[in-house]
Amino acid sequence: MSDPLLQRGEEIELGFGPRHPAIRGVLRLNLRVDGDRIVDCRPVIGHVHRGIEKLLERQPYADNLPHTDRLDFASAAAANLAYAGAVEKLLGIVVPPRARYLRTILAELQRIASHLLWLGTHAADLGAMPPFFAALGERDGVLELCERYLEDYFESDVEADVEPGAGQDAGARLRLDGIRPGGLSHDPPAGWVERCREFVESFPARLDGCAGPLTENRLWKKRTVGLGVLSPEAAVDLGVTGPALRASGIAWDLRKALPYEAYGEVDFDVPVGRNGDTYDRYLVRVEEMRQANRIVAQCLDGLPDGPVLAELSALDAEAQTEIYHGIEGPRGEIGFYLVGDGTANPCRCHLRAPSFAHLQALSELCRGELVGDLVALIGTLDIALEEADR
Amino acid sequence: MSGPEPQALEGAAEDPLAVALREELGEAIESARILGGDLTLQVRREAIAEVCAALKGKHGFTYLVDLCGVDFLGREPRFEVVYHLCSPAANRRVRLKVAAGEGEAAAVPSVTGVWRAANWPEREVWDLYGVRFAGHPDLTRILLWEGFNGHPLRKDFPIEGIDTGAAAGEDRKA
Repeated sequence: MSDPLLQRGEEIELGFGPRHPAIRGVLRLNLRVDGDRIVDCRPVIGHVHRGIEKLLERQPYADNLPHTDRLDFASAAAANLAYAGAVEKLLGIVVPPRARYLRTILAELQRIASHLLWLGTHAADLGAMPPFFAALGERDGVLELCERYLEDYFESDVEADVEPGAGQDAGARLRLDGIRPGGLSHDPPAGWVERCREFVESFPARLDGCAGPLTENRLWKKRTVGLGVLSPEAAVDLGVTGPALRASGIAWDLRKALPYEAYGEVDFDVPVGRNGDTYDRYLVRVEEMRQANRIVAQCLDGLPDGPVLAELSALDAEAQTEIYHGIEGPRGEIGFYLVGDGTANPCRCHLRAPSFAHLQALSELCRGELVGDLVALIGTLDIALEEADR
Repeated sequence: MSGPEPQALEGAAEDPLAVALREELGEAIESARILGGDLTLQVRREAIAEVCAALKGKHGFTYLVDLCGVDFLGREPRFEVVYHLCSPAANRRVRLKVAAGEGEAAAVPSVTGVWRAANWPEREVWDLYGVRFAGHPDLTRILLWEGFNGHPLRKDFPIEGIDTGAAAGEDRKA
């Protein structure tokens, strides 16, 4: 483009962040711009580095789960499941079928919650406020289900003189804490399955209320179609996974490729994009919510009876091998690499965080785009900084 | 953990990929095992980039899933760099391992030329373990800041941390 306002033929450095309303987390971008065009973008991360891997390596396998909750506030279940699955593989624990189904339900509910949060904030970043309120309202329904799931479990902690109703809030809206190596801490409380079913039945129509105003919206398309195109080759080369990879036309989904939990026993489609642009990533995530809803419905219908936690004597086992277990989180492949050295603690516990890989791809996405589109480009990758920084 | 036996295909002799790689790359593959369900190849340090290029080019391992370091304090060489590769076409994973030490002389050849995805993870291994990568375009710290003294994921780094002057705001003066 030869517009003199957009391109001046002279490069300057521009700092973006680390605090910026369009970044949910703390991220600095060192930009080199020519007029309004981004020539180069260098993300600086680590602002919320907490040394979680170091902490995980000094505690017994079973004690580490609460740490994984704190890796990604929008979808705790993904990190929980990846960690629990890795420990189960390492120690040879077999999860009871009922727990596999319930964990699948929780993971898909959190996928919906995570995508809704993404949808609302991404739309708000681009100036569309109504979807923000609609999506966050819907997300609240999911969070409430997650919270209700834990209410019985925490009941003993609630003091008796709390006014009626208040005691029902377990406070675990974002962190699930229910998934354990070996299954789940407890069965869902009475009435939870019915509540969940009610949610699932009405969700597709309500999702239309959130995304409907955007999908064919002229302004929305103008801001997103053709923006931040990621070719399939570049996506694979950069380690991009999840919806961002599938929007580039590659139908790679670990739920299909290497089925874990109950994914091998349910029917769902893997939406794939064509152009790998911001609009396709939007379409893929919206369709993924519908598919997640389908998975939850099937799991509720086929929910087996039985225990939800395996005999945990195996947790005392001292593994002397290593394992990598990756699952399909809402953002992409989230996995744990565990090395057992024959003691009760993991010798190495590494998190493969999708946000880390996606942030690396941000430079590729930004090159040649306008500074004004930067918030759309950050949003379209759906990054959790807590997970990238660890 | 006992060190891998060189020249052995213990437990992985049946694996066609292990056999093919031994034929193509010979001495570069020091041993092959099945660990945690995945074929695990111990690779000679100098040959890692070549082995990765062959796996990507000839065997469809187009996707570098993960790259990280491990510290086996007390073992010599002390560190290991672990690569997890995936072939979406064949739907299988492979784990590569390279023994690594400290300092420039023991640097591991960078695989950023094979996958761009390796750039940040290699910086992370340098940052947290102090293992260097030869040929990396920009081997700087990533989770910690330049000027930080030490490599915190080393087993002998204190869990309570070190005094960096961060509280006094002295550490980030550029």
